[in-house]
Amino acid sequence: MKSLAAQNSPFADTAFQLDVLMQPQQQGTAFPMFGQRLLDHGLLPLKPTQISILQINVGKMCNQVCKHCHVDAGPDRKEIMTRETMQLCLDALAQTDIPVVDLTGGAPEMNPYFRWFVEEISKLGRQIIVRCNLTIILANKKYHDLPEFFKQHRVQVVSSLPYFTASRTDTQRGDGVFDKSIKALQMLNAVGYGQEGSGLMLDLVYNPAGSFLPGNQKALEGEFKRRLKQGYDITFNNLFAITNLPISRYLDYLISTGNYEPYMEKLVNAFNPAAAANVMCRNTVSVGWEGSLYDCDFNQMLELPVESRAPRHIRDFHLEALTARNIVINQHCYGCTAGAGSSCGGETVS
Amino acid sequence: MEKTYYNSADLGKFGSISEFQPTLAAKFFDYYGEVFKEGALTEREKALIALAVAHAVQCPYCIDAYTTGSLEKGADEAQMMEAIHVAAAIKGGAALVHGVQMMNKVKEVMM
Ligand code: SF4
Ligand code: SF4
Repeated sequence: MKSLAAQNSPFADTAFQLDVLMQPQQQGTAFPMFGQRLLDHGLLPLKPTQISILQINVGKMCNQVCKHCHVDAGPDRKEIMTRETMQLCLDALAQTDIPVVDLTGGAPEMNPYFRWFVEEISKLGRQIIVRCNLTIILANKKYHDLPEFFKQHRVQVVSSLPYFTASRTDTQRGDGVFDKSIKALQMLNAVGYGQEGSGLMLDLVYNPAGSFLPGNQKALEGEFKRRLKQGYDITFNNLFAITNLPISRYLDYLISTGNYEPYMEKLVNAFNPAAAANVMCRNTVSVGWEGSLYDCDFNQMLELPVESRAPRHIRDFHLEALTARNIVINQHCYGCTAGAGSSCGGETVS
Repeated sequence: MEKTYYNSADLGKFGSISEFQPTLAAKFFDYYGEVFKEGALTEREKALIALAVAHAVQCPYCIDAYTTGSLEKGADEAQMMEAIHVAAAIKGGAALVHGVQMMNKVKEVMM
């Protein structure tokens, strides 16, 4: 499987995606505008509360090509962050006390400056999250020691595992991904990750392998813990249940299978004002591989930068100005506000 | 007139039954919501029971709703199919156990 970009798919074009999302009449059904829903609940304009996470997307290159990927990542994507841009991120961090740096991709570990970057962030004393797809650890000999490297910098490892069975995981993430993910989790466990008392956090991300919403996070976590322990002697800390947002490859999947309308209807009907008040863009700024600033990784993939009054590049990073900005929203935001809410850290309403 | 008796869009209109009798509908939906909350059984177990019953009563709306419901609650395909086999076994068993009644009658009326 290739990325949408390599296939020249219309869904690789963000203007096309926004068109699909904005079409008020999809086969006769009009979805209410997300902005109107926020307005009804006194949340428009949507403003940051306090910026406590800098999420940095170090590139679209990945060893996998998952069907639902909102980044449209894959081995054929060559867009990755340069060391110079990473330095600009470090400079921005140094002038603030943002406590958490969340590294994502693609597979962030494939960026040749990844380890240097982690070391430098570590020197600044910030908590580091790495969104590790697990299989990268086994993809090449040079990655086999990643668990040790993560441990050395006390990195919080957050990894996708859509399900505790091979068939459902492989359907979404590619053949053989489940077995490799299990092996990688065992390697992480072996160095202490996810083990009680080690302080080395290993969290899993669950997202539905199809056009349905995630169920209760705690209940799913219990089930995952039981099944992974029983079947593979794996332990982990938290499960984050994440809703698939209707963009990029997941949007392509929804449209091509006729699931778009019912899925959007589900999201819209499940709109929860409490989740809307807790969306992650209120405490996060997202940096793209070329240094541009976004309200979140989803807006980044839709090429919707932060509003023009705010600094738009990491070299111009200014915490106060970014905290004062209005967040850019669109119809895909319904994915963050359905049910118990969804963010990179899972549910937003307990 | 609709061409079929069942229309999948009607599932989403379930709540509209309150239009003709709001008091009873409110009581039913309250009760319904309470039943499916986690209790001595987990939400996933309840969704699987509902899926099995949906097949026993052969309600297409319930099959639709509890297939998705079971998936959302984290059930896997094998669990879902086993739940349906439980329904099938009970339905089949219910028919067959009456075979004893048939046998009793045969013995009564035969020489
Ligand atoms: S979902 Fe993650 S692992 Fe899968 S293709 Fe996208 S970036 Fe890679
Ligand atoms: S998609 Fe991004 S901008 Fe929209 S609500 Fe979610 S986090 Fe905020």
